[in-house]
Amino acid sequence: MPDMEVDKVIAFAAERQISLKKAEGISIPPTLVVDAKDLVVVCESLHRDKAFYFDQLSCVTGLDNGPEAGTMEVIYHLYSIPYNQSLGLKVILPRDAASFDSLCGIWKSANWMEREVFDMYGVLFNHHPDLRRILMPADWEGHPLRKDYLQQETYREIKVSS
Amino acid sequence: MNDISANNTSGTGQIIPLDSTSGATAYKESFGNSGVIVTQLDNLFNWSRLSSLFPMTFGLACCAIEFMSTGSTPYDMDRFGMAPRSSPRQSDVMIIAGTVTFKMADRIRRLYEQMAEPRYVISMGSCANCGGPYWQHGYHVVKGVDRIIPVDVYVPGCPPRPEALIGGILKLHEKIRGESILNA
Repeated sequence: MPDMEVDKVIAFAAERQISLKKAEGISIPPTLVVDAKDLVVVCESLHRDKAFYFDQLSCVTGLDNGPEAGTMEVIYHLYSIPYNQSLGLKVILPRDAASFDSLCGIWKSANWMEREVFDMYGVLFNHHPDLRRILMPADWEGHPLRKDYLQQETYREIKVSS
Repeated sequence: MNDISANNTSGTGQIIPLDSTSGATAYKESFGNSGVIVTQLDNLFNWSRLSSLFPMTFGLACCAIEFMSTGSTPYDMDRFGMAPRSSPRQSDVMIIAGTVTFKMADRIRRLYEQMAEPRYVISMGSCANCGGPYWQHGYHVVKGVDRIIPVDVYVPGCPPRPEALIGGILKLHEKIRGESILNA
């Protein structure tokens, strides 16, 4: 999506009293930073509005900035099939209380992808219909892609470390 | 009695070694049209076991592709009497072909326990041997399938070529040849 279109999204959100700002650095697709509390409203509008029609959620990914930065990010990649345009939405969360509303109500594909983010980073998605681990065993301890992750000694009497 | 020696044709009291490669003292002496074989029970057991090792159809990662290749026409696992079975209860050897994750570990242990004895395990490829590329940072990988079940033969490689797997199978044959029912 060219920059002009991103400005269109920013203006579109501003009409609804929601402020979006461009993410720092170069990002492909162009990415906007959204406040966690506004995410559902923004996504619902982008999903429904005829000018955008982001009908596909391509990817949800997490990012841990580490204990020093104290933040975590969840990035949603949206795609509009009719307009052939992509958009990234980034939510920045405090590391110790990473939780916000799930987007499963808008895109069904969010279900498993948010489960993966929960599994790997421990981000809690409110109102998620089935927030279980998806990759690691159900009785695994900790969330492996967190920067301060420490492996457990044993798993079901099998030594974990090398 | 069935004639189990492949190269017996004459049948006139001729003595033909049954298995010259293993140095077994099995000889066949035929009387008239029927054959009588004198051999050690161990030799008979070992020979029958190693000649029809049914592997379990079971692949965990890319090594399984090489395992499938081993069963295909150019390499032809069937010439060792190996026909893949879909049930652990009908299998003699389990070829751990691929990365063993902690989630899979319980299933592998259970499948192994379901196999009837005598049972053998071939660990195929670096991941199953020791964790391979996941040795240091692979939090999800069991660092060697021998942490779960006993392993008879390790086949190195990432993944091992079918020749290497066949080499492992022949090593297992050697091991079985040396077994005895007395110390089993």
